[in-house]
Amino acid sequence: MTIALETRNLEKSFGGLRVTRDLSLKVMQGARHALIGPNGAGKTTVINQLTGVLTPNSGRILLEGHDITGLSVHRRVLRGLSRTFQINQLYADLTPLETIGLAVSERMGRGGDWWRRMGTRDDVNAEIAELLSRFHLLDVMTELTSTLPYGKQRLLEIAVAIAAKPRVLLLDEPAAGVPESERHDILAAVAALPRDVTVLLIEHDMDLVFSFADRISVLVNGGLLTEGAPDEVARDPQVRAVYLGEAADA
Amino acid sequence: MTALSDVSTHAMASARCRISEVAFWVLALACAFLFPSRYLIMTDIVRLGLFALSLDLILGYAGIVSLGHAAFFGVGAYSAGLLALHGIINEPVIALVAAGLVAAVLGFLTSFLVIRGVDLTRLMVTLGIALLLEALAERFSDITGGTDGLQGIEMQPVLGLFAFDMFGRTGLFYSLVVLFILFLLARRVVHSPFGLSLRAIKNNPLRAAAIGVPVNRRLIAIYTLAAFYAGIAGALFTQTTALASLDVFSFERSADLMLVLVIGGTGYLYGGLIGAVVFKMLQELFQSITPQYWLFWIGLVLVVIVMVGRARIHRWVLFVPNLIIRQLAGRKAAVAVPESDAS
Repeated sequence: MTIALETRNLEKSFGGLRVTRDLSLKVMQGARHALIGPNGAGKTTVINQLTGVLTPNSGRILLEGHDITGLSVHRRVLRGLSRTFQINQLYADLTPLETIGLAVSERMGRGGDWWRRMGTRDDVNAEIAELLSRFHLLDVMTELTSTLPYGKQRLLEIAVAIAAKPRVLLLDEPAAGVPESERHDILAAVAALPRDVTVLLIEHDMDLVFSFADRISVLVNGGLLTEGAPDEVARDPQVRAVYLGEAADA
Repeated sequence: MTALSDVSTHAMASARCRISEVAFWVLALACAFLFPSRYLIMTDIVRLGLFALSLDLILGYAGIVSLGHAAFFGVGAYSAGLLALHGIINEPVIALVAAGLVAAVLGFLTSFLVIRGVDLTRLMVTLGIALLLEALAERFSDITGGTDGLQGIEMQPVLGLFAFDMFGRTGLFYSLVVLFILFLLARRVVHSPFGLSLRAIKNNPLRAAAIGVPVNRRLIAIYTLAAFYAGIAGALFTQTTALASLDVFSFERSADLMLVLVIGGTGYLYGGLIGAVVFKMLQELFQSITPQYWLFWIGLVLVVIVMVGRARIHRWVLFVPNLIIRQLAGRKAAVAVPESDAS
């Protein structure tokens, strides 16, 4: 098994606060890996370092064996590392058609085309159509994203990330805030992600984590508490004390 | 596959030409024939419209605020003036493009300062660059003529065929053609994947990068293009008035431009053109009523526009036409200002 995404001794501090402590994480090729941890454990900071929004103080990040620590956000996307966002960061006044069209154009290296109108390239159109239908967005493709039901917006979020044809996909709480009635579509979309895409799931929802992940890493206070298969993690007394206990209380 | 044809149809829908757009340009051309005594002010409006179009490209589409857009206008104006004065390029159209390119080079170089930082930084940097250029133009008076400006510019006929006349007829049609061509180009650009990526950057630069958009490169490109447009507007100014003085760089010029765009609205290309018409008309009107205090009224109009909101004003203005249409055709209101960004 090859390693798709790896961090080596990652460190990040804000002032005197160590938010990421000596974090070494390996995500295997094709894995369904979940990163869990209580609130304030530093999950978002880890994501931001993986995607290049934040620069770690020390340590390295490797994508398929290549050091990407110094690469900018958009270069990592072109290298095959894509993400979804937890809170809604979609383009409110673009339509799903435009949003996905943008992502597909950029991936194909056609985003800088300033002379060609949108919609005139058949290869781009075909891919947009495929993504829209796969994520049940065809019927709403010309509506403004801000007017879509929340569940549809979450689907669009995943569709946009997939449009970049990632080999490693970071899913940041894909089902957060979705009403029960629309949840099924999201879970189905997550389950139907192609197997050759490595997925790192950052999630609060234990049902989703245990139904989806084949490996779980537990983050506490910025450091790795434990790591293993779901049943091992569920049995771990430390985890129960620190995380699952808290989740059960909530 | 119907989904595919749907996608391409809808994707191209926004770029399709609307009847209201054709009407707009027919009206513009008609004005040029209908009011032969008003060539000069109409030329003024066309130049201002082109200049505002330039600001709309960066402000309305990429979200870059600028209080120093006159920098590029001024560089274009002086370039065109110097080219003509020293007989380097005598043919106005070629000189126009050359002047635009000089401004574009300046735009490219300064874009690296502008793309860093947020709105306030950008305001200050753009303002600073314009002030700097104004001071330089004054300092190197042996080249620019200093406070006297460039004098004795003689323009050759456009394309060697159309000589500039004292009524400004050639100047108007020349400016109008240049505006139309550059407008079509801008329209093409904003409806391209490149234009879409600019809107995404304006909305949320971080998200745009996460989609794979090279944010800085796109901003540099559009800033350079906008500088080219502003340079052309400046060059038109020199070519149609046969003078270039220090006020081409002035802060008032940059600030007025912002007013024009606020009046007309950003992010749909026609805002700058409509704004230029309204601004100049208001200026004319207020100047004829109170020659000394017309700025007071412009200021008042501006405050009202910003406080009340343009979308609502459009509704009020279109209330009567819509009423008539409803009465006549018995259908829902058909008149609307082609605007996608109402706020």
